[in-house]
Amino acid sequence: MLEDLTLKLDKALKKITGQGRISEQNIADSLREIRRVLLDADVNYKVAKQFIEDVKSRALGKEVLASVTPGQLITKIIYDELALLMGGRNAELSFNPSGITVILLVGLQGSGKTTFSAKLAKYLALKKRNVLLTAADVYRPAAVDQLKTLGSQIGVPVFSAEESKDAIKISADSIAYARENGFNTVIIDTAGRLHVDENLMDEIKAIKEKVKPTEILFVVDSMTGQDAVNSAKAFHDSVDFDGVVLTKLDGDTRGGCALSIKAVVNEPIKFVSMGEKPDSIELFHPERMAARILGKGDVVSLVEKAQQQIDSREAEDLEKKLLENKFDFDDFLKQIKMLKKMGSLKSLLGMIPGLGTKLKDSDIDDKQMIKVESIIQSMTIKERQNPKILNGSRRKRIARGSGNSIQDVNRLIKQFAEMQKMIKMFNSKSGKKMMNNYKNLRIN
Amino acid sequence: MGFLNNINFKRLKEGLTKTRKKIFDNISEAVSGKAVLDETVLDEIEEILISGDIGLETSTKIIETTRNQLKNINDRTYENIISNLKLVMKNILLSSSNPDISNISKDKIAKYAPYVILVVGVNGAGKTTTIGKLANKFKLDGYSVLIGSADTFRAAANEQLDIWAKRANVQVIKRNPGADPSSVAYETLSYAKTNKIDIVIIDTAGRLHTKQNLMQELEKIKKVIKKVVIHAPNETLLVVDGNTGQNAIIQAREFTKFIEITGLVVTKLDGSAKGGVIFQICSELNIPVNFICVGETMEDLQSFIPELYVNALFN
Ligand SMILES: Nc1nc2c(ncn2[C@@H]2O[C@H](COP(=O)(O)OP(=O)(O)OP(=O)(O)O)[C@@H](O)[C@H]2O)c(=O)[nH]1
Ligand SMILES: [Mg+2]
Repeated sequence: MLEDLTLKLDKALKKITGQGRISEQNIADSLREIRRVLLDADVNYKVAKQFIEDVKSRALGKEVLASVTPGQLITKIIYDELALLMGGRNAELSFNPSGITVILLVGLQGSGKTTFSAKLAKYLALKKRNVLLTAADVYRPAAVDQLKTLGSQIGVPVFSAEESKDAIKISADSIAYARENGFNTVIIDTAGRLHVDENLMDEIKAIKEKVKPTEILFVVDSMTGQDAVNSAKAFHDSVDFDGVVLTKLDGDTRGGCALSIKAVVNEPIKFVSMGEKPDSIELFHPERMAARILGKGDVVSLVEKAQQQIDSREAEDLEKKLLENKFDFDDFLKQIKMLKKMGSLKSLLGMIPGLGTKLKDSDIDDKQMIKVESIIQSMTIKERQNPKILNGSRRKRIARGSGNSIQDVNRLIKQFAEMQKMIKMFNSKSGKKMMNNYKNLRIN
Repeated sequence: MGFLNNINFKRLKEGLTKTRKKIFDNISEAVSGKAVLDETVLDEIEEILISGDIGLETSTKIIETTRNQLKNINDRTYENIISNLKLVMKNILLSSSNPDISNISKDKIAKYAPYVILVVGVNGAGKTTTIGKLANKFKLDGYSVLIGSADTFRAAANEQLDIWAKRANVQVIKRNPGADPSSVAYETLSYAKTNKIDIVIIDTAGRLHTKQNLMQELEKIKKVIKKVVIHAPNETLLVVDGNTGQNAIIQAREFTKFIEITGLVVTKLDGSAKGGVIFQICSELNIPVNFICVGETMEDLQSFIPELYVNALFN
């Protein structure tokens, strides 16, 4: 019955004991795990390495709250840094205050430029801008038709020149056309191109020279792997784009390329595109992306919650008592209250990775906690501080007073005695080994 | 077969070596001048493999296997390390027992005609372009080819396929946008049967593997075409963008749950991406790579030959 509470306490104890600061040793495993997570999420090898190094050196020596492990704390720090790095300045689109705002979309083949240009057009049209779409992909078969179809679906005119293969001229002409016809925004959809294709890279540079875009957006498939750094960097070197658009985020990709790209070009991610319909466009949320890359949103929120709610003083006291083997029923009660402050036990335990699913059918309810609490509260101060004096008649009184059975009271006292023993041993040299036994211990 | 004899080694090599930072140049760097296999070398190899999208887990396996093989061998020269590594990598790519359609015999096609190839993949992977190239290849091999345009969703999908079909000089069966893709596939096969077509290739709309309803649509296409041609599809090719990272493995896993994938086509290998995800797809899902694409023209379709791929990466 108390198994789950014990488990919780097990965690708490582990956290409290002897790991006051972040050190190389106590986060080594966590860092290895985070490295794996980042690489599996397609964060570039070098970027991942550098990122972890940076965060580690900043985190070393940091105080660890009593309620979390150093590993959890470093995860939280990594998460914060990820969000910070991917967020930051200038995520808004800029507009040309006096003339025509020209937005040029560039990127590799199949990254989603055409679909996104329609989405952006619709998004800006809804913001009362007068938008013209320009079909400057003269290479891919039927690319112009595709944009025209999309344009008519969303009610935005499309400028194209059927017979022309000159993307530079088409782009320039579309600006003139916009000027003559009262459009204040032009979105130019260009052909997908590989960064290693010199001719096509020259073409995109020429388009840039000609139309002097207000914004150049690099559109990238969020499923892109390690090479994202190379293509992003090459495009940035060529046209110095102002922002990034992540597409196809409606899949299950972890999207580590977002971090890689941000790290190598340091331009903001401005939009995410997450579906095939013209309205599936969203502004970029760095926190969401950080959680997505780590795949550990739950640990992060657990740590956050703990940080908010736990009175660290109280925790420090507790830690001291644990170390001095003075942990008594009063402290136990405090511990329970702390846990309660952090939300219902079930939701709390559910947030711990790996536990969440297992918990689904096992029946922990907060009633169990209330029961324990009520038993302790029915003890006198003396009894709480010195459980040894709890004889038969005292136990009967407590049972009656708390509305529980005598068996419940006996069980709790027994468990508590074992726990004390455990703490004592844990503080001793063989502590580490004991910890493992403790993990396997089941109290029913 | 004609196509096999016709592999444009030069183009493949060009495609794969355009990049300044070639994987295996780096490997050579890492191991050259070092006679003993030390941990730093292996670490550097790990970096190189992972940077090629081979993935942490698979890279670790490759390195472990190579290390074990080298344990009992005194010759730890640069050449020997590389050739062992190559061998390990090649063996992974050869491990699939599935037959390779790039190498298909005339007899086999004659036996089944119409021989039906279904092409699937996520959005923008390169399905339609690959189909244009495939149609061209089979046509040049002397077969009659018909394409079915079962992408009734994406804007101008028909128009795009039309242009490719014209280039390859083959016919397309298509319906209006929004039509039921299975019925287009059905009509394509009926037409192929009546007109004694050798090979039918069916294009499908790009779909993310996370969209249950779209994945079920594939199941339906398969069910419906079986009503016309019982053995259809003979092949289902999954087209994977060579730029894709670890998600490609999930794509392959998920598509497999709904429709049996018989081979991979890896596109866009003319850039600097390496397409290293194929190692895990081959070993975990037993799906061979049938073709790679190294550009946007008709000639840029290459039969996949593991040895050639691994060697081209090394040079
Ligand atoms: N450089 C290069 N580009 C390619 C290759 N294969 C396809 N492409 C380009 O990638 C883009 C997308 O190709 P499509 O064939 O339209 O892809 P798809 O999978 O049919 O796309 P949807 O039907 O929209 O899902 C086009 O611009 C193609 O020209 C390749 O091997 N190399
Ligand atoms: Mg297509």
